[in-house]
Amino acid sequence: MTTAPQTASRTRPGSDPRRARWRGRLGQTLVYLSLVVAPLVVLLPLAVVFLTSLKTSEEVTDRGALSLPRDWLNFSNYATAFSDGHMLTAFGNTAFILLFSITGTVIIGSMTAYAIDRFHFRARKLVMGLFLVATLVPGVTTQVATFQVVNSFGLFDTRWAPILLYMGTDIVSIYIFLQFVRGIPVSLDEAARLDGANSFTIYRKIIFPLLRPAVATVVIIKGITTYNDFYIPFLYMPSQELGTISTALFRFKGPFGAHWENISAGAVLVILPTLIAFLFLQRYIYNGFASGATK
Amino acid sequence: MTETTEVASVKTHRATPSLRRTARSGRSPGGHRTRGRLLRRATPWLFLLAPLVLLVTFTYVPVGNMIYYSFTDWDGISPDRNFTGADNYVQIFTRPELFRVFFVSFYYLAASVAQIAIALYFATVLSFNLRYRNLFKGLLFFPYLINGVAIGFVFLYFFQDGGTLDSVLSWFGSDTDHAWLGDPTSANTSLAGVSVWRFTGLNFVLFLGAIQSIPGELYEAAQLDGATRWQQFRHIIAPGIKPVLSLSIILAISGSLAVFEIPYIMTGGATGTSTFVIQTVKLAFQFNKTGLASAAAVVLLLIILLITWIQRRLVPDEKVDLV
Repeated sequence: MTTAPQTASRTRPGSDPRRARWRGRLGQTLVYLSLVVAPLVVLLPLAVVFLTSLKTSEEVTDRGALSLPRDWLNFSNYATAFSDGHMLTAFGNTAFILLFSITGTVIIGSMTAYAIDRFHFRARKLVMGLFLVATLVPGVTTQVATFQVVNSFGLFDTRWAPILLYMGTDIVSIYIFLQFVRGIPVSLDEAARLDGANSFTIYRKIIFPLLRPAVATVVIIKGITTYNDFYIPFLYMPSQELGTISTALFRFKGPFGAHWENISAGAVLVILPTLIAFLFLQRYIYNGFASGATK
Repeated sequence: MTETTEVASVKTHRATPSLRRTARSGRSPGGHRTRGRLLRRATPWLFLLAPLVLLVTFTYVPVGNMIYYSFTDWDGISPDRNFTGADNYVQIFTRPELFRVFFVSFYYLAASVAQIAIALYFATVLSFNLRYRNLFKGLLFFPYLINGVAIGFVFLYFFQDGGTLDSVLSWFGSDTDHAWLGDPTSANTSLAGVSVWRFTGLNFVLFLGAIQSIPGELYEAAQLDGATRWQQFRHIIAPGIKPVLSLSIILAISGSLAVFEIPYIMTGGATGTSTFVIQTVKLAFQFNKTGLASAAAVVLLLIILLITWIQRRLVPDEKVDLV
């Protein structure tokens, strides 16, 4: 830190103030330009798909991609995407999987964190090592063999396959819970134990209620990643009626190959819940994904 | 993080009285000391039973099986499998059509370099610039949250003949008739571009968080001493974000080896856009070559473990440790 001022004072006298000011102004203009261009780059592909979703089939083929739809309230493509894309079933399946896998992750993650942080038993280091090494194994690589395990349980093509996989392989949430459990003073546990509470009561009545912020973080991260996951439902649930949001949208494109107005409507239908969740939970989402990525 | 821990400690005070009450009412008279000790010993294992069973069944058993399959010619269905030694591994490294997919990773690796550079640039600019910061942050981060299939379709239309990109280019007077996903180089570049669009926001938010955690007095002191923006970046910001930066680089490398979603959804791995994971999935589930696919997966796993190991050696990061 001390080096900054030194180098600064060394270079300062050499620069010509007028040229520096001109360069500064040009630099500032370029910076502002970049601040305008970046949001445009992010928004343009999405905006065009939204516009396309409101167009009729003729408008899409006859006019350019950037043209505006004639009727801004033309929601017929959404109806097509919703019914022919089996979106209702897909939302139902996704909700079912979300409910069970999130509940499971919260219970399993908090129990593991509690056991690891509050008990000193033999093999504790080994258990921690097992969880630590598992974070290094990328899920995509092991699916070849995981598939055989799931299949041998007779869970292939059921909604329980993704639920178990989401529950059993989520180590990031264990880390998040562990950070929070550490922050809860042990004196609370001891006080309760003196009052005769056993470990389960302590977990249920003290630790778990105090973990509420961690639960919120895990629910949000888990919810969004599960909602967006394509790989696992695609591999494990090939049946049409077991489509999730991702796989239903993926399959919808098949028969509607060139009908971009319908496909766009389907894509917007899938993006919309994410947008709403993001607008309401922004702060939690940033914190959650930041702590999830850095562990 | 700090905010939430504060909340937790505030709640602690409120929770205590009610807790005392419930604990007292739940107390049972009479001692059961020997049973109690046994129970106490078993307690952590009761909590860990379900998590460990799931961990072993869905992570360790598959890894073990995968290593075993990789030495056989199993097709994934038939009850008999023959031990073939290292034959599968030899095939991966000698058959050019199997090995080629590694080179596709370089497109994504280049893309992640661009992605980190862009994120770093905007994080630095926005850390000086307070106005519209939250709006900008939201806009840049949102793509990271969007469903991969939806992103795939959005960009299929973007790159389509006469689609968004062609229309924008015609505004600027260049009427190209280029099929963006038509030849391998262009297709891979386009797909890697989609990955930049999708993941820059995450890096940006991570960098911005790290920069904002640097105390403001440091900049003020530097400014008083006449440090330029570049010098502030070089000597204050860069050291402050080093841990996050090294983490992002490692995630970028292992991420570019494990690309699956975007190319699978957009091109299905056609026109030379097949990645390592797409090829493995196809080998295992379309061509029933479980043995060969397992060997490929083991190779990828080893590469990623190697990269992680190098990172831990180069950047001893206290945060990574579980203890």
